[in-house]
Amino acid sequence: MKKTYKIEVDCANCANKMEEAANKTKGVKAATVNFMTLKMIVEFEEGSEPKAVMEDVLKNCKKVEDDCEIYL
Amino acid sequence: MNRKQKKTLIRILSSAALMAAFSFLPVSGSARFGLFFIPYLIIGFDILKKAVRGIANRQVFDENFLMAAATIGAIVLGEYTEGVAVMLFYQIGELFQSYAVGKSRKNISELMDIRPDYANVERNGSIERIDPDEAEVGSILVVRPGEKIPIDGIVIEGTSSLNTSALTGESLPREAAPGSEVISGCMNMTGVLRIRTTKEFGESTVSKILDLMENSSSRKSKSENFISKFARYYTPAVCYGALALAVLPPMIRMLVLGGAPEWGVWIYRALTFLVISCPCALVISIPLSFFAGIGGAGKEGILVKGSNYLETLSKTSYIAFDKTGTMTQGVFEVNGIHHNKMEEEKILEYAALAECHSSHPISKSLKKAYGKDVDKDRVSDVEEIGGNGVTARVDQKAVAVGNGRLMQRLGISYQECTHAGTVVHVAVDGSYAGHILISDLPKPHARGAIEELEKAGMKKTVMLTGDGRSAADQMAQKLGIREVYSELLPADKVAKVEELLREKPAKEKLAFVGDGINDAPVLSRADIGIAMGALGSDAAIEAADVVLMDDDPLKIAKAIRISRKCIWIVYENIYFAIGVKILCLILGALGIANMWLAIFADVGVMVIAVLNAIRALFVKNL
Repeated sequence: MKKTYKIEVDCANCANKMEEAANKTKGVKAATVNFMTLKMIVEFEEGSEPKAVMEDVLKNCKKVEDDCEIYL
Repeated sequence: MNRKQKKTLIRILSSAALMAAFSFLPVSGSARFGLFFIPYLIIGFDILKKAVRGIANRQVFDENFLMAAATIGAIVLGEYTEGVAVMLFYQIGELFQSYAVGKSRKNISELMDIRPDYANVERNGSIERIDPDEAEVGSILVVRPGEKIPIDGIVIEGTSSLNTSALTGESLPREAAPGSEVISGCMNMTGVLRIRTTKEFGESTVSKILDLMENSSSRKSKSENFISKFARYYTPAVCYGALALAVLPPMIRMLVLGGAPEWGVWIYRALTFLVISCPCALVISIPLSFFAGIGGAGKEGILVKGSNYLETLSKTSYIAFDKTGTMTQGVFEVNGIHHNKMEEEKILEYAALAECHSSHPISKSLKKAYGKDVDKDRVSDVEEIGGNGVTARVDQKAVAVGNGRLMQRLGISYQECTHAGTVVHVAVDGSYAGHILISDLPKPHARGAIEELEKAGMKKTVMLTGDGRSAADQMAQKLGIREVYSELLPADKVAKVEELLREKPAKEKLAFVGDGINDAPVLSRADIGIAMGALGSDAAIEAADVVLMDDDPLKIAKAIRISRKCIWIVYENIYFAIGVKILCLILGALGIANMWLAIFADVGVMVIAVLNAIRALFVKNL
């Protein structure tokens, strides 16, 4: 399953870091952050609960860049 | 500017003013330190905070840490002005970057300003304004002049001209009358239209296009992936380099050479390293270039589905075309009347009248060429001879209209046509009257398009078609296409494209241009699939990598030129930014470059690269 989320982040490198953090989160198959359109596209692993996974993704992203936001 | 940016601007201005004022004060020592600490904190407190938090979260090597370390280091060494200046310029750079990115975001979303905000639905005789999402299939919409058509549908009442430029980049308006299909996103210009919707909003052209545009830069190009990988290694590498530079030379001087260690000199040099180590210029300018390139192409009615496709498109030097509907108009028209023994109009009149009861495409094109209303009372005794043609009495004359076999059957000697196309022989009262040639016409710009492509350096132009050999060869010659493969079934086209893919060098790419109707497999097999005339054709939008909204073949060359300009800018930025940084690192290590040059290598390069990236948006005159 694929879902798109709106994000808020200030710099392009931070967006790259968010992408890396999201990709390392359990339950995420692949994540792409698009800095120009401020969107995060997440493909979830089968059988995972997107809501719970996204909360972990947000937590991990905050760790690498505390000035970021994902609108769940 | 938004609130955050305004706040940063105020901080920049006030800290710059304080710094300038303090540098004229005749104080020194700890008083001077105390004074300079005020502008430093004003401009840098958020960076310091982020740096501390980064360390706490074990994300040490980010730009906040680098800036904090470099500036604190400079201040400790007594270089107060430089310490504050580094922070100041870093913030100016960040502000500029955020402003430029915000501006181009807005710019591009304005270009794609096709999202309709509302739909006027007719319900029980009155008109309600609702969200387009809520309109059901089959609703009756009223679109007034100046409004956008919100959902795809069919006109049931009213005539108007539609401006499609937001979708196609084409400024010529389209006419709409009862019965014509209209596409969402077009601007209604002159008259009120009543439209019955045929799709839901989510399935309408406008939603599909918006979806595509919004997701386009998510498919990242090789250059973008290279940059994010580069940034991941570059920053830590330069930081360790800085550490080595601060520690090793003084140790060697002290222990091996037995001289003074000169700690201050080497630490200062190491600090310049830290300032240069921020990869911002690259990290922001490469995606920005692609974003601007895709946005600029969109403005011209060329939808590119991802940065990776823009990159592939720029490397295209082999191009294969479908014929019917791509290079030709795909409509059959009377193209000539030959060997006629009577006036052309007279032959056409006889042929059109004799064929008046048929709905075959050939008879349709005869009637269209005749142009006048067909008076069926003049025709009698119509007899259709399957696979041959028709015979009929028109104005009391025996008329035969059909192919060579019909003429043979009737024992009339006829003349073969040397041109490609479908030939309709006409005989009146048992004697041959001439023949009418019906064929597909090339698009008006087709030849010009091929010339443009050759000018753009295409090594091979190939036409693949299911049509007969003579028709294909003649069309190719007319258009200036050098290689033709005819009488291909759809599967043969795929095989042919695979053969072409094997023949060419791996670095050069093969594009296939089709109309998306029955060549979806070929579109996806080629390195890059370009669909033409996609306005209203969902299949084409889905199958292709690049979608040309209108059906002008000149856009193919334009798309390639846009992609090349964009990629050129990307490479300019990569080489320029990395080049300047490496140069400054070397100069910094040797002690030739000071902190000011390091600031240029960081902020200056970023500003130049961002300005250069925005250039990709300007594609009008390509």
